[in-house]
Amino acid sequence: MMFGKLTLDAIPLEQPIIVWTFAAVAILGCAILGLVSYYGKWKYLWSEWITSVDHKKIGVMYIIFALIMLLRGFADAIMMRLQQSLASAGSPGYLPPHHYDQIFTAHGTIMIFFMATPFILGLMNFVVPLQIGARDVAYPFLNSLSFWLTVMGGTLVMMSLFVGDFAAVGWVAYPPLSELGYSPTVGVDYYIWALQLSGLGTTISGINFLMTILKMRAPGMTLMKMPVFTWTALITNILIVAIFPVLTATLALLTADRYLGMHFFTNELGGNAMMYINLIWVWGHPEVYVLILPAFGVFSEVVATFSGKPLFGYKSMVYATSAIGVMSFFVWLHHFFTMGSGANVNAFFGIMTTLISIPTGVKLFNWLFTMYRGRVRYHSSMLWSIGFMATFAFGGMTGVMLAIPGVDFLVHNSLFLVAHFHNVIIGGTVFGVLAGMTFWFPKVFGFALNEKWGKIAFWFWFSGYWLAWTPMYVLGFKGMTRRLNHFNQPDWQPYLTVALIGACLIAVGIVAILIQIAVSIRDRKANADVTGDPWGGRSLEWSLPSPVPFYNFARIPTITSLEQHWDDKINGVTAPENVHYEDIHMPRNTATGFVISVFALVLCFSLVWHMWIPAIIGFVGAIVSFIVRTYNTDVDYYVPAEEVAEIESRHASVVAGGQI
Amino acid sequence: MSYKKYRYLGSSIFTLVLGGCSNLELLSPKGTIGEHEKSLILLSMGIMLCVVIPVVGLSMFFAWRYRASNRNATYAPTWAHSTGVEVVVWSIPIVVISFLGWTIWRTTHELDPYKPLVAGRPAVEVDVVALNWKWLFIYPEYGVATVNTLSIPVDRPINFHLTSDSMMNSFFIPQLGSQVYAMAGMETQLHLMGTVPGTYMGRSTAFSGPGFSGMQFPTHVLTDDQFAAWLQTAHASSATLDGDAYLGLRKDSEDNPEALYGHVAPHLFGDITTQYDCRMQNSLRRVGDVTRCDVHAAVMENQ
Repeated sequence: MMFGKLTLDAIPLEQPIIVWTFAAVAILGCAILGLVSYYGKWKYLWSEWITSVDHKKIGVMYIIFALIMLLRGFADAIMMRLQQSLASAGSPGYLPPHHYDQIFTAHGTIMIFFMATPFILGLMNFVVPLQIGARDVAYPFLNSLSFWLTVMGGTLVMMSLFVGDFAAVGWVAYPPLSELGYSPTVGVDYYIWALQLSGLGTTISGINFLMTILKMRAPGMTLMKMPVFTWTALITNILIVAIFPVLTATLALLTADRYLGMHFFTNELGGNAMMYINLIWVWGHPEVYVLILPAFGVFSEVVATFSGKPLFGYKSMVYATSAIGVMSFFVWLHHFFTMGSGANVNAFFGIMTTLISIPTGVKLFNWLFTMYRGRVRYHSSMLWSIGFMATFAFGGMTGVMLAIPGVDFLVHNSLFLVAHFHNVIIGGTVFGVLAGMTFWFPKVFGFALNEKWGKIAFWFWFSGYWLAWTPMYVLGFKGMTRRLNHFNQPDWQPYLTVALIGACLIAVGIVAILIQIAVSIRDRKANADVTGDPWGGRSLEWSLPSPVPFYNFARIPTITSLEQHWDDKINGVTAPENVHYEDIHMPRNTATGFVISVFALVLCFSLVWHMWIPAIIGFVGAIVSFIVRTYNTDVDYYVPAEEVAEIESRHASVVAGGQI
Repeated sequence: MSYKKYRYLGSSIFTLVLGGCSNLELLSPKGTIGEHEKSLILLSMGIMLCVVIPVVGLSMFFAWRYRASNRNATYAPTWAHSTGVEVVVWSIPIVVISFLGWTIWRTTHELDPYKPLVAGRPAVEVDVVALNWKWLFIYPEYGVATVNTLSIPVDRPINFHLTSDSMMNSFFIPQLGSQVYAMAGMETQLHLMGTVPGTYMGRSTAFSGPGFSGMQFPTHVLTDDQFAAWLQTAHASSATLDGDAYLGLRKDSEDNPEALYGHVAPHLFGDITTQYDCRMQNSLRRVGDVTRCDVHAAVMENQ
């Protein structure tokens, strides 16, 4: 009951790669803890960050978490590239199947759930309230809970590296392979509980942002006066609220199979695996639009700002985004045209899928015409955007090819497919979030990121992407299937070697980003953004000082136009002197989100190992913490008007000083 | 560089990109379905490249032409709407996708894997079973079976019946054409025809566990004489695939060598696909299903 299936044998001491990784993680962890203690920053960390309900700080923490998980997911990627480049001529390579299968499963799971999604949520957290003139999100405490649940999900995946094993079934864990009969170890259980934690977090986030955008816009900001990034965030959160419960339910059914002896998806006893495959893609296909739509929003903001023009065809953009959101629910079957469904069914889903490329194509044209007759400045966030346009168009084309059942019958599950979704996820989502990070960084921290290293990072990522994935497209045409551990086709090897070199270039790109952040922190005085509007911005967030004061807006603005900040600048509208400030109502920080999430981690880790007593402790702890929180009436406070006035005047004098 | 040299360069790049097709298995098909699907790939890619290349080119060109340092370029800081341009940018993808949508409807019906192929010559039936981790091929008309090797006659339609006795796998011979899933308790169909004698690699494309990489098989497309000779060899094999031998074969194993069975129990494939159906006697039933079917029988009796 106490330790369940967990014994010391669960620690894979016989695997040198894991032991060395563990040693490195342990040393690094101790070093970080030591440094925090040495500088006496524990209290600061606890009261300013861990318990914070400030959407800006939560956004920053999401992005830090996403960057850490990017490193882990990328380590998996480069190990896979190395294995396949070694194992192509009949050699077994250096990774046995059981280890290799865990690596590609972890890579997909981490990159989707713990890198891309948190990065998107981080950007939305930081930007959306500032763009709509709000002081926080609708439910600040739930926001903190969402974040910490996601982190605990990621922690569970990381723990599987050192205690037990991870799933070896592919990132969507198709049964019957993911059932107890074929995957008897704890790997799939780690997968299930990690996804349940982060899925719960994402669902709560979706509800939170949906309400924030619908209810908390500044007076005058009608839906058609919302900046495009907020529009994409709105559609994204509608999708999240609609689909993540499906994921939760699907995984719950799989859990019932694995824990309670049920047979929803088994071969035996009347279960049907195709039911799972349908359900997981009902979640899975809209999920890719959850990842790409906010990236489209980022590009819309960046391209307009650095072209010195409003976004071309704002209404088209809004309708196109909404259309994509609706249509994303009618395409899931294209993930398994080869199931043997009839021609009518396949043709319907094929046509529905290609229809999505119409609004997507319109978006590309609109960015194009935003640059037309503009004054394009090659800031690194603009480079990411242009690089995106040049890359994503091809990914869209291969996506339409995959949507044609007759073509899919040949390239389904091939490296052509893998190249396609890396084309749109790296070329779309990753370029998008990195552009967004560069673009809004000064708004977050008050100083800009180093441009030289930003451009180096871009060029390595861009060339690395093309070098790594063009040969994968070709290998798809050579009939190479995904997830192969070894094979005896020597003519695949040159392509895989080129792909490995491409992955190494991307590795340099990632290192360049880390250097960029370090260099920028070192030179923060020189790169300081005193005006609050370093790029000639157009939407509301650029009217605020950098970094943004904790209450965001000293006075809630009244919105009269789509590009309020830009129009104010053009019309010479300045802040009136001797303004009258009012007390500002703010939420209090709370540890409850963090505490509930820690209990949830205890619960999920215990369930993985069938440790029933700790599981009960975790479950009761989480519920009781939540109940205690509901009895706490001291959840908010007022910032006195005098304090607001003082902070604002300090900022005003800094701006004045900066201009002299 | 002279015009000729440019032309030479151009044509060699073209050769590399398209002429290299002979190295690309999907673009050098050896079967009717594959041939059809290859032209579908080239058609769809060609049409879309007509839009994608100009769009990418134009985005590079606009980014360069309207660079901030180019003060000769027009700057229209408020230009953000044009009904004409909007009509064009919606029309282009609508036209392309309308054509592709019509193509999808047409080709999806033509290429339906369940549609029998019409050729002047009789078809050959092949029953395919995905096992952990090997392929079993049963020739019901000839009473022979093979493991991890497939021999079929050229220019005759092959009617594949697919199932699995464990994981979901996908049955695929890239140079012959379409793939279809093989799933436990279900029977799917696939119709292919090889048109050029030769040996082509086939494999599972749906990940099915640790032995997945070894789930490949050479497919020998044989002339009539070669196929007749192969059948004689097969019949001469003393190995028999009866119920017991099958129970041994379906145990997990990796990288299986090729095997040939001269005799096959007649209803083996049917037994494999219907083993979860309690209404029939079945010796292949696993322990859990035996219990379930006992319960099922008891319930039926009480009614």
